[in-house]
Amino acid sequence: MSFFLMPTPLAARRLFLGRSGLVLSGAAVALLAGSEALAAKTGGAHPNDVQILNTALGAELEAIAAYQLGAESKLLEKPVLDLALTFQGHHKEHAAVLIKTVEKLGGKAVLAKAKYNFPVDQLKSQADVLKFAAKLEQGAVSAYLGAVPLFGNRDLAKAAASILGDEAMHWAILRQALGEVPVPSAFMA
Amino acid sequence: MRSPLAASALASVFAGALALCLPASARAAPDAAHGEQVYARCMACHALAFDRVGPRHCGLLGRRAGSVAGFNYSAAMKKSRITWSDTTLDRFLTKPLKMVPGTAMTYDGVADPKDRADLIAYLKHANDTPECAKQPH
Repeated sequence: MSFFLMPTPLAARRLFLGRSGLVLSGAAVALLAGSEALAAKTGGAHPNDVQILNTALGAELEAIAAYQLGAESKLLEKPVLDLALTFQGHHKEHAAVLIKTVEKLGGKAVLAKAKYNFPVDQLKSQADVLKFAAKLEQGAVSAYLGAVPLFGNRDLAKAAASILGDEAMHWAILRQALGEVPVPSAFMA
Repeated sequence: MRSPLAASALASVFAGALALCLPASARAAPDAAHGEQVYARCMACHALAFDRVGPRHCGLLGRRAGSVAGFNYSAAMKKSRITWSDTTLDRFLTKPLKMVPGTAMTYDGVADPKDRADLIAYLKHANDTPECAKQPH
C-alpha cells in the first residue's frame, strides 16, 4: 500500500517508520561511538574530518530550515505535512550528532544562518514544495557520497554513509509523492 | 564474478582514460542538458542565483575564486588566486581538495571528464538565463 494512500497520518507514519527500520538511531549511536573512540585515541581523525563534518552540518541546518519553510507554507496537506516534519526531525538528529562530533574532535561547529535564501516565490503548491525538497535531498545524497571517501576515520565514513542512506530514502519517497519513479537508477553519483 | 559497483567504477575509469586519449576534435561536444542533470549533485550546497552553504554560480566563469561579496569562504579559497575558467574549473571539479587543500567544498570530485565538461557547459548556459541575468555578479 502506498505511503500516501494510508488512511491516517499515524498509520502512514507507522508504515514509514516500520519500513525505514529507524536507521537513524543506529547511525547516531555509531557516529558517537566513533567519535568517542577518536577522542580516546586523540588524533585519530584526519584534519579534514572536522571540515567535512562542518560542511555537512551546514547543509543539514539549511535542510531543517527548508522543511520549516515548507511546514509553515500552508501548502502541505496531511499526511504530507507529517512526512515533512518527520524528515525534518531526521535532519535535526543528523545535525545534533554532527555538532557533538565536531566538538568532540576539538572543532567549532558551524551555526545555523540567521536567514536562508530560498526560492519562496517559486513555491506555490504542495508539488512545488515537494520538488524543492526532493532536489535538496538528491543533492544531499550526492554530497554525502562525495564526502564518504574523504574521511580519514573509517567510523566517521560509516556514519556518514548511514546518513546518506536515510536521505536517499527521503528522496525516493518525495519522488514517489510527486508521481515520479521513486528510484530512477541503480547507482547514485 | 565482478560486482556491479566494481564494473561501474571500471567503466567510469575506462571512459575517462579513453577520453584523455582522444583528440579534442573527436570528443563529443559538451552537453549542457546533461550538465544540468550533473548539477543536481551540487544542489545540497549550491544554487545558481543565491548563496547557500556554497556560493552562487551565476557569473562563475571569469570570476576570481573567493570573491562573492558577503559569502564566508574558507581561508584556503580566498588565498587560492584562482580565476574560474574551463580549465581551472575542470581541475577543481576533478579533486577539489587536491587543487585547494583546506577548501570547505569537501567533495571527492566529479570523476568523469565528460560529466565535468557538460557541467561546465551548463554553468555557462545558465549564466545567460533570466535567473542569472537579474543577479549581481
